[in-house]
Amino acid sequence: MSTFSDTISRAVTTAKGASGSGRPARHKLLLHAVLLVCAIGMALPFAWMLFSSFKPLGEIFMQPPKLFPQDWNQQGYRTALGGADFVRGFWNSTYIALTVTAVSLLTSAMAAYAFARIDFWGRRWLFMVFLATMMVPGQLTIIPLYIIMGWLGWVDTHAAIIVPPALFNAFGVFLLRQYVKGIPVELEEAAQLDGAGRVRRFVTIILPLLRTPLTALGIFTFLAQWNNFFYPLIFLNSSDKFTLPLLVNQFMGQYTSDWPTLMAATTLLAAPMLIVFAFAQRQIVEGIALSGSKS
Amino acid sequence: MAVSSAGSRARAQLTSAEGDVHADRRRRRRRGGDTAAGYLFLAPQLLGLVVFMVGPLLFALVLAFYHWDGFGTRSFAGLSNFAEIMSSPRIQCSAVNTVWFTVLQVPGLMLTGLFFALLMQRAGKLTPVYRLAFFAPVITSSVAVAAIWLWLFNPDISPVSNALHGIGLPAPNWLQDARFIIPAFAIVGIWQGLGYQLVMFMAGLQSIDRSYLEAALLDGCSEWQKLRHVTIPLLSPTILFLSITSIIGSFQVFDYIYVFFGDGAPDSARTIVYEVVQIAFGDFNFGEASALAFLLFLALLAVTGCQLAVQKRWVHYTE
Repeated sequence: MSTFSDTISRAVTTAKGASGSGRPARHKLLLHAVLLVCAIGMALPFAWMLFSSFKPLGEIFMQPPKLFPQDWNQQGYRTALGGADFVRGFWNSTYIALTVTAVSLLTSAMAAYAFARIDFWGRRWLFMVFLATMMVPGQLTIIPLYIIMGWLGWVDTHAAIIVPPALFNAFGVFLLRQYVKGIPVELEEAAQLDGAGRVRRFVTIILPLLRTPLTALGIFTFLAQWNNFFYPLIFLNSSDKFTLPLLVNQFMGQYTSDWPTLMAATTLLAAPMLIVFAFAQRQIVEGIALSGSKS
Repeated sequence: MAVSSAGSRARAQLTSAEGDVHADRRRRRRRGGDTAAGYLFLAPQLLGLVVFMVGPLLFALVLAFYHWDGFGTRSFAGLSNFAEIMSSPRIQCSAVNTVWFTVLQVPGLMLTGLFFALLMQRAGKLTPVYRLAFFAPVITSSVAVAAIWLWLFNPDISPVSNALHGIGLPAPNWLQDARFIIPAFAIVGIWQGLGYQLVMFMAGLQSIDRSYLEAALLDGCSEWQKLRHVTIPLLSPTILFLSITSIIGSFQVFDYIYVFFGDGAPDSARTIVYEVVQIAFGDFNFGEASALAFLLFLALLAVTGCQLAVQKRWVHYTE
């Protein structure tokens, strides 16, 4: 999967060769200057978040505002960690996102296999239905979904935010179907001659060959679930069930002008995904680009 | 989307044509078994489709024509929910806000995304470093993003206001001044969404066959001509995809507003989805909220339909 950087370096070498003389050196410098300034500009809000979380309250109101704290102070983190159960929120977010990702990858791959390879009655129009639902905005179905969850007794339980996305992912089915169609049928036919049934062929041939799109879709699903705000906001009421984004949102209502504490809470919310991203940048970026471009 | 599916479809047809007649007959005889197998593999997603999508969708459609708070008795409302929405000045204002936000955010996102993608394409080894900065907001929770900007928009403590004053510009009180609330949301939205556009544009640029650009170079085209007449037409499928998804996303903006204002957003900050949530889960007026969500859905269908209808005039597919 190094195509990304390969192509870029190829593009760079040809650009160098094509433009000939020494002129591009200055252009190159300008290019990097512009990109560097803008990249720093993009990162600055994070820097303010991080450094302000270590300031004592008095320094927040200093004029002119300074990026670095003069007196490094952990009071913000102490108040934040004392005011809400962040560990619990983190655990809730993580296990919910992991469960949804694992189950939805499996069910989507199964459905994708059925649509791509099995000739069953109603296949074509059912697939059209799956495609059409991608246009439906979540806000339209959330109201009946809330009522249905009430009937099921799932309001204010994690089931309400785990089961629907785990069992229904039209986008995932669509994406994976494209890839299953790209796998040569002969591979399966050979296994069939050896007496392998559908389930066995799916598990031993199809799933391993879907590793790339499954990874991409998995990253995409995990991030979307971990960061999701709308569904947990509607379905969860008790703070011990809150996911991390909900917890921080609630926190903001309670500590409106205690900025170091708020920024400490925000740092605790943003940091896990930023750390994961720093280590797996290429996989995440390519995963999201792949998920997007195939649709 | 059309390109890859057409390719795999052609391949699938080829292989089935090659397959011998026996296999074909065998397949037909086993069709009953295949239907069972098909639904077995489909079962979990089919259950989800029915219970969590089609069911709620039909339910929402019915609700839009009823008065109901979710608990008491339901009464048929005819079109009165829709009439209520159409005559409400607050909802009209929210609709205008939503469109205004979209008008600001979508071109802002796409132009900056394309601009930086073109630059990054030439950035060589440093690309991952820049990309880290541009993409980090994409993977950050919108609650964290809103919390950071709540601070950056606060005129008393914000380094942004301070910097604006420093260069002699007036710093608006972003979230208190009705004229600046929606542009403030757009700034946050662009900051958070730019990295995604950038990555998608870079993937699009990567897939352009370089022989086109070389031909343009041999013909003595300037950089601008190359961009205008070669790169942009060849990127048009990416542009179409991103314009459709960004407009849909912009129409559904909610998180920032809720984090900034909670349940008490001023009229100038409210959007359609914010109204839907307030009407449904604040007033427990499920009928009117469903009617409004349904109108939003129709608006999205209409806008996407228009985009797909005019795409033939400007979108070029290479295969």
